[in-house]
Amino acid sequence: MKKIRNFKRVYVWELPVRIFHWLNVLALFVLVITGFLIANPPAILSSAEATNLHSFGIVRFLHFTAAYLFFFVMILRVYWAFAGNRFASWKAFWPFTKKNWNNFWHVMKIDIMLMNEKEEDVTKISIGHNSVATLSYIFMFVLALVQIITGFALYGDMASWWLPKMFTWVIPLFGGDFLVRSIHHAAMWLFIFFAMVHVYLVFYHDWLEGRGEVSSMFGGYKFVCDERLKHAHNEEEIEIKEEKGIVATK
Amino acid sequence: MATKKEVRETYYESIIKQGYSRRDFMKFATYIAAYMGLENSMVGQVAKSLETTYRVPVIWEHFQECTCCSESFIRSDHPIVADIILDKISLDYTLTLMAASGHQAEAAKKATMEKYKGEYILCVEGSVPMGDDGNYCCIGGRSAKDILLESAEGAKAIIAWGSCASNGCVQAAKPNPTNATPIHKIIKNKPIIRVPGCPPIGEVMAGVIIHMVTFGRLPELDRLGRPKAFYAKRVHDSCYRRPYYDAGLFAETFDDKNAKDGYCLYKLGCKGPMTYNSCGTIKWNNGVSYPIQSGHGCIGCSEENFWDNGPFYERLAKVPGLHAEGLADDIGKIGAGVLAGGLVVHAIGANISKRKELKSRINRGKSNEKNIAS
Repeated sequence: MKKIRNFKRVYVWELPVRIFHWLNVLALFVLVITGFLIANPPAILSSAEATNLHSFGIVRFLHFTAAYLFFFVMILRVYWAFAGNRFASWKAFWPFTKKNWNNFWHVMKIDIMLMNEKEEDVTKISIGHNSVATLSYIFMFVLALVQIITGFALYGDMASWWLPKMFTWVIPLFGGDFLVRSIHHAAMWLFIFFAMVHVYLVFYHDWLEGRGEVSSMFGGYKFVCDERLKHAHNEEEIEIKEEKGIVATK
Repeated sequence: MATKKEVRETYYESIIKQGYSRRDFMKFATYIAAYMGLENSMVGQVAKSLETTYRVPVIWEHFQECTCCSESFIRSDHPIVADIILDKISLDYTLTLMAASGHQAEAAKKATMEKYKGEYILCVEGSVPMGDDGNYCCIGGRSAKDILLESAEGAKAIIAWGSCASNGCVQAAKPNPTNATPIHKIIKNKPIIRVPGCPPIGEVMAGVIIHMVTFGRLPELDRLGRPKAFYAKRVHDSCYRRPYYDAGLFAETFDDKNAKDGYCLYKLGCKGPMTYNSCGTIKWNNGVSYPIQSGHGCIGCSEENFWDNGPFYERLAKVPGLHAEGLADDIGKIGAGVLAGGLVVHAIGANISKRKELKSRINRGKSNEKNIAS
């Protein structure tokens, strides 16, 4: 007979992580759409003079603005890897531990190959990112660097600010704009692939595990089986203690 | 030239001797200073240098090339460029334009190389075929590689004229049967100025030489060894059709109304956005026009591998690393489709494989729902 499981609400994704996530979504969404438009602009019929139109300039402006947003939220996230909780920490992403690889094979078996354990063990489910996810985020981080470097390199020659100008060495490295542009374009597709798999797996986990995977990126909470907590205290007890504490300080 | 008497005279003396007036000379100094991107106040310095500097001996080698660089140079806007810098005064050796021929010409070249060792400027037009021991390009019974190594030995600096000498150009396009090689990959111990373009603009070529004469050193170069004054900007960023680009007004075909109205040629494969050159500002044929102004997109002739960088009349992003027509968008669309299919299969598989677990959870949920105390 299965034992009865109680789930506790655990604060997993702190506010900076959630802000990073959603600003990243926004930036990537704008970047991909405007990126496609820049690569292959639609034919617009207009009798207006070029002087009175700036439509493509606006598309490019949005692309560059979103690029800056993408860049700065990434810096925020890197900072938070040192300041945040254990799920946001760089340690959670560090791949070279035995525990990590055990978890990696577990996720590969259960979630990717869809095998079943003899008896479902809820305690093996990752609370924050699982190891396959962290690997994919490390890859995405590298890819984001590629996009930032190639993007600012293409932009740098028009810019007057030192930040994009820092990347002008990239163009000569690849011999010219052609290859840099191609890399920038091809890498974008990898972001699209990532987003598809990412969204699917979030739905998958929410549907099969029912621990609030989807809503966790809004509220920050996930539901964790109380066996995994050091001592499964009653939430009401904490509230009572807090109230007492407040009373005591007064 | 090979036959002329070896009298050292300054550029100014040569120019006056050619029948130009002092006024013509000053006009020339002003004009070339402007092209070199110098301030107005430096015209005097240019004029003074041309007055006081003895002509710099120039050896101009021709290898695997079509002579379009020389053609471009002699069509440079100002007659003094052709008359003085190129034609009668400076060049000690150039296959195409010199009067001497045969052993006489070769002897004159040798004499210059010995007499002005470490002083002369070596101009190279064309790439050097390194395949088959250099046999694909032989002049006077010697391979281009031999000739280049010999004349580079005593050169003060080397100017790689055009895309052939700078990048390899068309003959280096895949599969590059002769192993055509640009100069900077062969000569490593000399300062090399790369002046790419097929051909480079005549004024740019004159500007580079005058800069070296005037200041006695190389012009400021970018990381690819190109003079910054002429190759710092993309054609696109100085294009007079740029407002149409920013407005989103594009020619869709070469014969539509948009093309007639002079709209941007971006969608017709114009490579201006990727090409660093000064066509948009200096233009060609005495500033008359340049490809885009004449209604044809830029083909990016001054960029490395321009011949292999996709079709001239389409705007495509190739997948780096794939040789054939690996286009990012085609592969991306197929990849996204396959991936979406895979995810659907995985989703179905998950629901089948984990059905027990799911069913039990659903049942528990339903029973809890019935159990709500309202």
